[in-house]
Amino acid sequence: MGKKTIIPFGPQHPVLPEPLHLDLVVEDEKVVEAVPQIGFVHRGLEKLTETHDYNQFIYIAERICGICAFGHSMGYAETIESLMHVEIPPRAQYLRVILHELSRMHSHILWLGLAADAFGYESLFMHCWRLRERILDIFEMTTGGRVILSAVVVGGMVRDISNEMLADVRTRVQSIHDEYQQICNTFLNDSSVQSRLVGVGVIEHDDAVSLGMVGPFARASNVNNDVRSLGNGGYGQLSDFQPTLDSGCDCYARVKVRLQEVSQSARIIDEMISHIPDGDISVKVKGSPEAGAQAANTLEQPRGECYYYALGNGTKYLDRMRMRTPTSQNLAGMAQALAGCDLADVNMIVLTIDPCISCTER
Amino acid sequence: MGCFKLAHMTLHSLFSHPDTVCYPAQTKPVPSGLKGHIVNDVSTCIMCGICAKTCPSGALTVDRKAGTWTINRFRCVQCGSCVRACPKGSLSMDPNYQKPSRHMYDDVVTKSIPDSKDAKA
Repeated sequence: MGKKTIIPFGPQHPVLPEPLHLDLVVEDEKVVEAVPQIGFVHRGLEKLTETHDYNQFIYIAERICGICAFGHSMGYAETIESLMHVEIPPRAQYLRVILHELSRMHSHILWLGLAADAFGYESLFMHCWRLRERILDIFEMTTGGRVILSAVVVGGMVRDISNEMLADVRTRVQSIHDEYQQICNTFLNDSSVQSRLVGVGVIEHDDAVSLGMVGPFARASNVNNDVRSLGNGGYGQLSDFQPTLDSGCDCYARVKVRLQEVSQSARIIDEMISHIPDGDISVKVKGSPEAGAQAANTLEQPRGECYYYALGNGTKYLDRMRMRTPTSQNLAGMAQALAGCDLADVNMIVLTIDPCISCTER
Repeated sequence: MGCFKLAHMTLHSLFSHPDTVCYPAQTKPVPSGLKGHIVNDVSTCIMCGICAKTCPSGALTVDRKAGTWTINRFRCVQCGSCVRACPKGSLSMDPNYQKPSRHMYDDVVTKSIPDSKDAKA
Protein backbone atom coordinates (compact mmCIF):
# COMPACT_ATOMS: atom_id res chain seq x y z
CA MET A 1 0.00 0.00 0.00
CA GLY A 2 1.59 3.30 -1.10
CA LYS A 3 1.32 6.76 0.32
CA LYS A 4 -1.53 8.96 -0.96
CA THR A 5 -0.37 11.92 -3.06
CA ILE A 6 -2.33 14.71 -4.71
CA ILE A 7 -1.38 15.44 -8.32
CA PRO A 8 -2.85 18.62 -9.85
CA PHE A 9 -4.13 18.12 -13.43
CA GLY A 10 -4.99 21.22 -15.48
CA PRO A 11 -6.35 23.85 -15.98
CA GLN A 12 -3.56 24.16 -18.56
CA HIS A 13 -2.68 20.70 -19.78
CA PRO A 14 -1.61 19.50 -23.26
CA VAL A 15 -4.51 17.04 -23.53
CA LEU A 16 -7.21 19.40 -22.30
CA PRO A 17 -8.66 21.95 -24.67
CA GLU A 18 -10.72 23.32 -21.78
CA PRO A 19 -9.65 24.88 -18.47
CA LEU A 20 -10.67 22.11 -16.08
CA HIS A 21 -8.67 21.52 -12.92
CA LEU A 22 -8.59 18.13 -11.21
CA ASP A 23 -7.00 17.24 -7.91
CA LEU A 24 -6.08 13.60 -8.43
CA VAL A 25 -5.57 11.68 -5.19
CA VAL A 26 -3.26 8.84 -6.26
CA GLU A 27 -1.91 5.83 -4.48
CA ASP A 28 1.01 4.33 -6.41
CA GLU A 29 -0.26 4.55 -10.02
CA LYS A 30 -3.97 4.26 -9.16
CA VAL A 31 -6.32 7.22 -8.84
CA VAL A 32 -8.28 6.92 -5.60
CA GLU A 33 -10.36 10.06 -5.98
CA ALA A 34 -10.67 12.96 -8.41
CA VAL A 35 -11.90 16.36 -7.23
CA PRO A 36 -12.92 18.60 -10.15
CA GLN A 37 -12.70 22.36 -9.88
CA ILE A 38 -14.00 24.88 -12.39
CA GLY A 39 -14.30 28.67 -12.42
CA PHE A 40 -11.46 29.76 -14.69
CA VAL A 41 -13.48 31.12 -17.62
CA HIS A 42 -16.63 32.58 -16.08
CA ARG A 43 -17.69 35.55 -18.24
CA GLY A 44 -21.08 36.49 -16.79
CA LEU A 45 -22.89 36.11 -20.10
CA GLU A 46 -26.33 35.49 -18.54
CA LYS A 47 -26.08 38.85 -16.75
CA LEU A 48 -25.84 40.59 -20.13
CA THR A 49 -29.60 40.18 -20.63
CA GLU A 50 -29.83 43.35 -18.54
CA THR A 51 -28.02 45.42 -21.15
CA HIS A 52 -28.88 43.60 -24.39
CA ASP A 53 -32.43 43.10 -25.67
CA TYR A 54 -33.75 39.67 -26.63
CA ASN A 55 -32.78 40.16 -30.30
CA GLN A 56 -29.22 41.23 -29.49
CA PHE A 57 -28.69 38.47 -26.91
CA ILE A 58 -28.77 35.78 -29.61
CA TYR A 59 -25.25 36.83 -30.66
CA ILE A 60 -24.10 36.50 -27.05
CA ALA A 61 -25.82 33.10 -26.69
CA GLU A 62 -23.90 31.71 -29.65
CA ARG A 63 -20.63 32.89 -28.14
CA ILE A 64 -21.13 30.72 -25.07
CA CYS A 65 -19.18 27.99 -26.84
CA GLY A 66 -17.21 27.90 -30.07
CA ILE A 67 -18.16 24.34 -30.98
CA CYS A 68 -21.89 24.27 -30.21
CA ALA A 69 -22.35 27.93 -31.22
CA PHE A 70 -25.17 27.21 -33.65
CA GLY A 71 -26.95 24.97 -31.12
CA HIS A 72 -26.92 27.68 -28.47
CA SER A 73 -28.35 30.30 -30.83
CA MET A 74 -31.02 27.81 -31.96
CA GLY A 75 -31.90 26.77 -28.39
CA TYR A 76 -32.10 30.39 -27.26
CA ALA A 77 -34.22 31.44 -30.27
CA GLU A 78 -36.63 28.52 -29.72
CA THR A 79 -37.02 29.54 -26.07
CA ILE A 80 -37.84 33.15 -26.94
CA GLU A 81 -40.21 32.02 -29.71
CA SER A 82 -42.00 29.85 -27.16
CA LEU A 83 -42.03 32.79 -24.70
CA MET A 84 -43.63 35.07 -27.29
CA HIS A 85 -45.86 32.38 -28.88
CA VAL A 86 -44.20 32.70 -32.30
CA GLU A 87 -44.55 29.91 -34.85
CA ILE A 88 -41.66 29.87 -37.32
CA PRO A 89 -42.09 28.73 -40.97
CA PRO A 90 -41.45 25.02 -41.73
CA ARG A 91 -38.53 25.82 -44.06
CA ALA A 92 -36.74 27.63 -41.24
CA GLN A 93 -37.26 24.59 -38.97
CA TYR A 94 -35.72 22.30 -41.58
CA LEU A 95 -32.77 24.66 -42.18
CA ARG A 96 -32.12 24.84 -38.44
CA VAL A 97 -32.05 21.04 -38.16
CA ILE A 98 -29.70 20.73 -41.16
CA LEU A 99 -27.23 23.26 -39.71
CA HIS A 100 -27.52 21.81 -36.22
CA GLU A 101 -26.76 18.30 -37.46
CA LEU A 102 -23.79 19.65 -39.44
CA SER A 103 -22.62 21.21 -36.16
CA ARG A 104 -22.96 17.84 -34.46
CA MET A 105 -20.89 16.19 -37.20
CA HIS A 106 -18.21 18.86 -36.89
CA SER A 107 -18.20 18.62 -33.09
CA HIS A 108 -17.95 14.83 -33.02
CA ILE A 109 -15.25 14.67 -35.72
CA LEU A 110 -13.29 17.36 -33.86
CA TRP A 111 -13.64 15.34 -30.67
CA LEU A 112 -12.57 12.11 -32.39
CA GLY A 113 -9.43 13.93 -33.55
CA LEU A 114 -8.73 15.12 -30.01
CA ALA A 115 -9.27 11.59 -28.69
CA ALA A 116 -6.81 10.22 -31.28
CA ASP A 117 -4.32 12.91 -30.23
CA ALA A 118 -4.81 11.96 -26.56
CA PHE A 119 -3.88 8.33 -27.15
CA GLY A 120 -1.00 9.28 -29.39
CA TYR A 121 -2.36 8.52 -32.89
CA GLU A 122 -1.29 11.74 -34.60
CA SER A 123 -2.11 10.78 -38.20
CA LEU A 124 -5.67 9.85 -37.21
CA PHE A 125 -5.98 13.22 -35.50
CA MET A 126 -4.87 15.00 -38.68
CA HIS A 127 -7.32 13.07 -40.87
CA CYS A 128 -10.24 13.78 -38.52
CA TRP A 129 -9.51 17.50 -38.55
CA ARG A 130 -9.04 17.49 -42.30
CA LEU A 131 -12.58 16.13 -42.69
CA ARG A 132 -13.89 18.65 -40.17
CA GLU A 133 -12.49 21.47 -42.32
CA ARG A 134 -14.80 20.38 -45.13
CA ILE A 135 -17.81 20.79 -42.85
CA LEU A 136 -16.58 24.27 -41.94
CA ASP A 137 -16.37 24.98 -45.68
CA ILE A 138 -20.06 24.01 -45.96
CA PHE A 139 -20.86 26.45 -43.16
CA GLU A 140 -18.91 29.18 -44.91
CA MET A 141 -20.68 28.52 -48.20
CA THR A 142 -24.19 28.44 -46.72
CA THR A 143 -24.10 30.97 -43.87
CA GLY A 144 -20.94 33.01 -44.43
CA GLY A 145 -19.27 32.01 -41.16
CA ARG A 146 -17.08 29.05 -40.29
CA VAL A 147 -17.57 28.76 -36.53
CA ILE A 148 -19.85 31.57 -35.39
CA LEU A 149 -22.60 31.41 -37.99
CA SER A 150 -25.05 34.15 -36.85
CA ALA A 151 -27.62 32.37 -39.01
CA VAL A 152 -30.54 32.34 -36.56
CA VAL A 153 -32.80 35.21 -35.52
CA VAL A 154 -35.82 35.14 -33.26
CA GLY A 155 -38.56 34.21 -35.73
CA GLY A 156 -36.57 32.14 -38.20
CA MET A 157 -33.35 32.29 -40.17
CA VAL A 158 -31.26 35.18 -41.45
CA ARG A 159 -30.74 33.86 -44.95
CA ASP A 160 -32.16 31.10 -47.07
CA ILE A 161 -30.13 28.29 -48.57
CA SER A 162 -31.19 27.73 -52.17
CA ASN A 163 -32.28 24.25 -53.28
CA GLU A 164 -29.25 24.05 -55.64
CA MET A 165 -26.93 24.83 -52.74
CA LEU A 166 -28.71 22.26 -50.56
CA ALA A 167 -28.12 19.65 -53.28
CA ASP A 168 -24.44 20.62 -53.21
CA VAL A 169 -24.43 20.29 -49.40
CA ARG A 170 -25.90 16.80 -49.71
CA THR A 171 -23.16 15.76 -52.19
CA ARG A 172 -20.45 17.19 -49.96
CA VAL A 173 -21.83 15.45 -46.84
CA GLN A 174 -21.96 12.17 -48.75
CA SER A 175 -18.33 12.55 -49.87
CA ILE A 176 -17.27 13.38 -46.28
CA HIS A 177 -19.18 10.34 -45.06
CA ASP A 178 -17.48 8.03 -47.57
CA GLU A 179 -14.03 9.06 -46.37
CA TYR A 180 -15.23 9.00 -42.79
CA GLN A 181 -15.88 5.24 -43.07
CA GLN A 182 -12.11 4.63 -43.17
CA ILE A 183 -11.67 6.66 -40.00
CA CYS A 184 -14.49 4.64 -38.38
CA ASN A 185 -12.75 1.43 -39.39
CA THR A 186 -9.54 2.61 -37.72
CA PHE A 187 -11.24 3.65 -34.49
CA LEU A 188 -13.28 0.47 -34.22
CA ASN A 189 -10.83 -2.17 -35.42
CA ASP A 190 -7.27 -0.94 -34.88
CA SER A 191 -5.62 -2.91 -32.06
CA SER A 192 -3.60 0.09 -30.80
CA VAL A 193 -6.83 2.11 -30.39
CA GLN A 194 -8.62 -0.72 -28.62
CA SER A 195 -5.75 -1.28 -26.20
CA ARG A 196 -6.22 2.27 -24.87
CA LEU A 197 -10.03 2.31 -24.74
CA VAL A 198 -11.58 -1.07 -23.98
CA GLY A 199 -12.49 -1.55 -20.30
CA VAL A 200 -11.30 1.95 -19.33
CA GLY A 201 -13.50 4.31 -17.25
CA VAL A 202 -16.48 1.98 -16.88
CA ILE A 203 -19.79 3.47 -15.68
CA GLU A 204 -22.66 1.03 -15.40
CA HIS A 205 -26.18 1.86 -16.58
CA ASP A 206 -27.64 2.31 -13.07
CA ASP A 207 -24.81 4.64 -12.03
CA ALA A 208 -25.28 6.67 -15.22
CA VAL A 209 -28.98 7.11 -14.43
CA SER A 210 -28.43 8.00 -10.76
CA LEU A 211 -25.68 10.50 -11.63
CA GLY A 212 -27.96 12.20 -14.18
CA MET A 213 -25.53 11.79 -17.06
CA VAL A 214 -26.58 13.04 -20.51
CA GLY A 215 -25.46 12.88 -24.14
CA PRO A 216 -23.18 10.30 -25.76
CA PHE A 217 -21.53 9.77 -22.34
CA ALA A 218 -24.84 8.41 -20.99
CA ARG A 219 -25.91 6.68 -24.23
CA ALA A 220 -22.68 4.65 -24.10
CA SER A 221 -24.02 3.30 -20.78
CA ASN A 222 -27.30 2.38 -22.51
CA VAL A 223 -29.28 5.33 -21.12
CA ASN A 224 -31.91 6.35 -23.65
CA ASN A 225 -32.08 10.11 -23.17
CA ASP A 226 -31.73 11.71 -26.61
CA VAL A 227 -33.86 14.90 -26.66
CA ARG A 228 -34.23 14.58 -30.45
CA SER A 229 -36.62 11.66 -29.78
CA LEU A 230 -39.15 14.19 -28.43
CA GLY A 231 -39.55 15.58 -31.95
CA ASN A 232 -39.23 19.28 -31.08
CA GLY A 233 -39.15 21.69 -34.05
CA GLY A 234 -37.92 20.17 -37.30
CA TYR A 235 -37.04 16.88 -35.59
CA GLY A 236 -40.77 16.09 -35.52
CA GLN A 237 -40.65 15.71 -39.33
CA LEU A 238 -38.16 12.83 -39.27
CA SER A 239 -39.66 9.56 -40.49
CA ASP A 240 -37.85 7.49 -37.90
CA PHE A 241 -35.41 8.43 -35.19
CA GLN A 242 -33.73 5.91 -32.94
CA PRO A 243 -31.10 7.11 -30.47
CA THR A 244 -27.66 5.53 -30.77
CA LEU A 245 -27.12 3.34 -27.72
CA ASP A 246 -24.35 1.03 -26.58
CA SER A 247 -24.06 -1.18 -23.55
CA GLY A 248 -20.25 -1.25 -23.41
CA CYS A 249 -20.14 1.45 -20.65
CA ASP A 250 -16.42 2.14 -21.26
CA CYS A 251 -14.35 4.65 -23.25
CA TYR A 252 -14.53 2.43 -26.34
CA ALA A 253 -18.36 2.50 -26.19
CA ARG A 254 -18.31 6.32 -25.98
CA VAL A 255 -16.12 6.53 -29.07
CA LYS A 256 -18.43 4.06 -30.83
CA VAL A 257 -21.57 6.07 -29.98
CA ARG A 258 -20.04 9.28 -31.34
CA LEU A 259 -18.81 7.51 -34.47
CA GLN A 260 -22.31 6.19 -35.17
CA GLU A 261 -23.92 9.56 -34.39
CA VAL A 262 -21.91 11.18 -37.20
CA SER A 263 -23.43 8.71 -39.67
CA GLN A 264 -26.85 9.28 -38.10
CA SER A 265 -26.47 13.05 -38.56
CA ALA A 266 -25.51 12.52 -42.23
CA ARG A 267 -28.72 10.49 -42.69
CA ILE A 268 -30.83 13.18 -40.97
CA ILE A 269 -29.31 15.89 -43.20
CA ASP A 270 -30.05 13.77 -46.27
CA GLU A 271 -33.68 13.24 -45.23
CA MET A 272 -34.19 16.91 -44.33
CA ILE A 273 -32.79 18.09 -47.67
CA SER A 274 -35.02 15.59 -49.50
CA HIS A 275 -38.20 16.86 -47.84
CA ILE A 276 -37.50 20.55 -47.23
CA PRO A 277 -40.57 22.61 -48.17
CA ASP A 278 -40.42 25.89 -50.10
CA GLY A 279 -41.59 29.11 -48.50
CA ASP A 280 -40.60 31.87 -46.12
CA ILE A 281 -37.68 31.53 -43.75
CA SER A 282 -38.75 33.95 -41.04
CA VAL A 283 -41.67 35.79 -39.52
CA LYS A 284 -41.55 39.32 -38.17
CA VAL A 285 -41.46 39.31 -34.38
CA LYS A 286 -42.78 42.47 -32.78
CA GLY A 287 -43.33 43.54 -29.20
CA SER A 288 -41.82 42.21 -26.01
CA PRO A 289 -42.32 39.15 -23.81
CA GLU A 290 -45.10 39.64 -21.28
CA ALA A 291 -44.20 40.45 -17.68
CA GLY A 292 -43.81 37.21 -15.72
CA ALA A 293 -44.02 35.00 -18.84
CA GLN A 294 -41.75 31.97 -18.57
CA ALA A 295 -40.52 29.49 -21.17
CA ALA A 296 -38.28 26.45 -21.02
CA ASN A 297 -36.76 24.44 -23.82
CA THR A 298 -34.40 21.53 -24.26
CA LEU A 299 -32.08 20.84 -27.17
CA GLU A 300 -29.78 17.92 -27.88
CA GLN A 301 -26.40 19.54 -28.22
CA PRO A 302 -23.46 17.45 -29.48
CA ARG A 303 -22.48 16.84 -25.84
CA GLY A 304 -25.98 16.13 -24.57
CA GLU A 305 -29.16 17.74 -23.34
CA CYS A 306 -29.01 21.49 -22.86
CA TYR A 307 -31.81 23.23 -20.97
CA TYR A 308 -32.83 26.86 -21.56
CA TYR A 309 -35.07 29.02 -19.40
CA ALA A 310 -36.26 32.58 -19.99
CA LEU A 311 -38.34 34.95 -17.88
CA GLY A 312 -39.86 38.08 -19.41
CA ASN A 313 -40.59 41.37 -17.66
CA GLY A 314 -42.73 43.25 -20.18
CA THR A 315 -39.78 45.02 -21.80
CA LYS A 316 -37.37 43.98 -24.55
CA TYR A 317 -34.91 42.95 -21.85
CA LEU A 318 -35.35 39.56 -20.17
CA ASP A 319 -35.48 39.27 -16.41
CA ARG A 320 -33.60 35.99 -16.50
CA MET A 321 -31.92 33.80 -19.07
CA ARG A 322 -30.63 30.54 -17.69
CA MET A 323 -28.92 27.61 -19.37
CA ARG A 324 -27.96 24.24 -17.96
CA THR A 325 -25.31 22.67 -20.11
CA PRO A 326 -24.46 18.98 -20.61
CA THR A 327 -20.97 19.17 -19.12
CA SER A 328 -22.28 20.31 -15.72
CA GLN A 329 -24.48 17.17 -15.74
CA ASN A 330 -21.57 14.94 -16.69
CA LEU A 331 -18.91 16.13 -14.22
CA ALA A 332 -20.22 13.85 -11.45
CA GLY A 333 -20.04 10.86 -13.81
CA MET A 334 -16.52 11.83 -14.81
CA ALA A 335 -15.39 11.95 -11.15
CA GLN A 336 -16.86 8.48 -10.61
CA ALA A 337 -15.23 7.08 -13.76
CA LEU A 338 -11.85 8.41 -12.62
CA ALA A 339 -12.01 6.77 -9.19
CA GLY A 340 -9.98 3.57 -9.38
CA CYS A 341 -8.45 4.12 -12.86
CA ASP A 342 -4.76 4.10 -13.79
CA LEU A 343 -3.05 7.50 -13.78
CA ALA A 344 -2.17 7.01 -17.47
CA ASP A 345 -5.87 6.66 -18.36
CA VAL A 346 -6.97 9.94 -16.74
CA ASN A 347 -6.62 12.00 -19.91
CA MET A 348 -8.63 9.46 -21.92
CA ILE A 349 -11.48 9.35 -19.40
CA VAL A 350 -11.64 13.13 -19.05
CA LEU A 351 -11.76 13.45 -22.81
CA THR A 352 -14.51 10.86 -23.32
CA ILE A 353 -17.05 13.05 -21.51
CA ASP A 354 -16.09 15.75 -24.05
CA PRO A 355 -15.96 18.49 -21.38
CA CYS A 356 -16.92 21.99 -22.43
CA ILE A 357 -16.07 24.20 -19.51
CA SER A 358 -16.79 27.41 -21.48
CA CYS A 359 -20.41 26.22 -21.85
CA THR A 360 -20.63 25.25 -18.19
CA GLU A 361 -19.33 28.51 -16.76
CA ARG A 362 -20.68 30.98 -19.31
CA MET B 1 -8.34 -6.30 -35.19
CA GLY B 2 -4.91 -5.46 -36.49
CA CYS B 3 -2.97 -2.30 -37.10
CA PHE B 4 -2.17 -0.03 -40.11
CA LYS B 5 -5.89 0.52 -40.67
CA LEU B 6 -5.22 4.09 -41.77
CA ALA B 7 -2.52 3.19 -44.30
CA HIS B 8 -4.75 3.56 -47.36
CA MET B 9 -5.94 7.04 -46.40
CA THR B 10 -2.45 8.18 -45.41
CA LEU B 11 -0.89 6.98 -48.67
CA HIS B 12 -3.69 8.63 -50.64
CA SER B 13 -3.05 11.92 -48.82
CA LEU B 14 0.65 11.66 -49.59
CA PHE B 15 0.02 11.84 -53.34
CA SER B 16 -3.08 14.02 -53.48
CA HIS B 17 -3.49 17.78 -53.59
CA PRO B 18 -3.02 19.33 -50.11
CA ASP B 19 -6.10 20.69 -48.35
CA THR B 20 -4.22 23.71 -47.01
CA VAL B 21 -2.87 26.79 -48.83
CA CYS B 22 0.46 28.52 -48.30
CA TYR B 23 -0.88 31.70 -46.72
CA PRO B 24 0.03 34.58 -47.22
CA ALA B 25 1.68 33.70 -50.54
CA GLN B 26 -1.60 32.06 -51.57
CA THR B 27 -5.06 32.98 -50.38
CA LYS B 28 -8.22 30.95 -50.46
CA PRO B 29 -10.77 31.94 -53.10
CA VAL B 30 -13.65 33.88 -51.59
CA PRO B 31 -16.60 31.51 -51.01
CA SER B 32 -19.87 32.50 -52.62
CA GLY B 33 -21.77 32.95 -49.38
CA LEU B 34 -19.15 34.88 -47.39
CA LYS B 35 -20.58 37.52 -45.05
CA GLY B 36 -17.72 39.97 -45.47
CA HIS B 37 -17.68 43.38 -43.85
CA ILE B 38 -20.05 46.35 -43.47
CA VAL B 39 -20.01 49.11 -46.08
CA ASN B 40 -22.02 52.33 -45.84
CA ASP B 41 -23.27 54.05 -49.00
CA VAL B 42 -23.05 57.58 -47.65
CA SER B 43 -25.07 59.09 -50.50
CA THR B 44 -28.30 57.53 -49.18
CA CYS B 45 -27.48 57.44 -45.44
CA ILE B 46 -29.68 59.78 -43.37
CA MET B 47 -27.66 59.36 -40.15
CA CYS B 48 -30.76 58.19 -38.28
CA GLY B 49 -28.73 56.05 -35.84
CA ILE B 50 -31.00 52.97 -35.97
CA CYS B 51 -27.98 50.84 -36.93
CA ALA B 52 -26.10 51.97 -33.81
CA LYS B 53 -29.10 51.13 -31.59
CA THR B 54 -29.42 47.66 -33.14
CA CYS B 55 -25.73 46.75 -33.00
CA PRO B 56 -25.22 44.08 -30.29
CA SER B 57 -21.52 44.80 -29.85
CA GLY B 58 -21.59 48.62 -29.80
CA ALA B 59 -19.33 48.84 -32.85
CA LEU B 60 -21.28 51.66 -34.51
CA THR B 61 -21.51 55.31 -33.50
CA VAL B 62 -23.58 57.88 -35.33
CA ASP B 63 -23.20 61.59 -34.60
CA ARG B 64 -25.88 63.42 -36.53
CA LYS B 65 -24.65 66.90 -35.53
CA ALA B 66 -21.09 66.24 -36.62
CA GLY B 67 -22.35 64.22 -39.61
CA THR B 68 -20.18 61.20 -38.87
CA TRP B 69 -20.90 57.48 -39.07
CA THR B 70 -18.15 55.50 -37.35
CA ILE B 71 -17.48 51.77 -37.26
CA ASN B 72 -14.97 50.05 -35.03
CA ARG B 73 -14.15 47.01 -37.17
CA PHE B 74 -12.46 45.25 -34.27
CA ARG B 75 -15.73 45.25 -32.30
CA CYS B 76 -17.99 44.39 -35.24
CA VAL B 77 -19.11 40.73 -35.15
CA GLN B 78 -20.51 40.76 -38.70
CA CYS B 79 -23.97 39.66 -37.57
CA GLY B 80 -25.67 41.87 -40.16
CA SER B 81 -28.25 43.30 -37.71
CA CYS B 82 -27.53 46.85 -38.88
CA VAL B 83 -27.94 45.88 -42.54
CA ARG B 84 -31.37 44.39 -41.82
CA ALA B 85 -32.40 47.39 -39.70
CA CYS B 86 -31.27 50.18 -42.09
CA PRO B 87 -34.45 51.95 -43.31
CA LYS B 88 -32.77 53.34 -46.45
CA GLY B 89 -30.78 50.26 -47.45
CA SER B 90 -27.53 52.24 -47.21
CA LEU B 91 -25.69 49.50 -45.36
CA SER B 92 -24.55 46.34 -47.07
CA MET B 93 -22.07 43.51 -46.57
CA ASP B 94 -19.10 43.44 -48.96
CA PRO B 95 -18.35 39.72 -49.41
CA ASN B 96 -14.57 39.96 -49.68
CA TYR B 97 -11.65 39.28 -47.39
CA GLN B 98 -9.72 42.24 -46.01
CA LYS B 99 -6.04 42.39 -45.23
CA PRO B 100 -5.21 42.10 -41.52
CA SER B 101 -4.40 45.41 -39.88
CA ARG B 102 -1.46 46.21 -37.62
CA HIS B 103 -3.24 49.05 -35.85
CA MET B 104 -6.63 49.49 -34.25
CA TYR B 105 -8.54 52.38 -35.75
CA ASP B 106 -12.11 53.44 -36.50
CA ASP B 107 -13.47 53.86 -40.02
CA VAL B 108 -15.29 57.19 -40.22
CA VAL B 109 -17.75 58.20 -42.93
CA THR B 110 -18.63 61.90 -43.06
CA LYS B 111 -21.68 63.53 -44.53
CA SER B 112 -23.11 67.00 -43.97
CA ILE B 113 -26.73 66.77 -42.86
CA PRO B 114 -28.68 69.99 -43.31
CA ASP B 115 -29.95 71.40 -40.01
CA SER B 116 -33.72 70.99 -39.67
CA LYS B 117 -34.15 74.78 -39.08
CA ASP B 118 -32.11 75.57 -42.20
CA ALA B 119 -34.10 73.04 -44.20
CA LYS B 120 -37.39 74.74 -43.19
CA ALA B 121 -36.02 78.17 -44.08
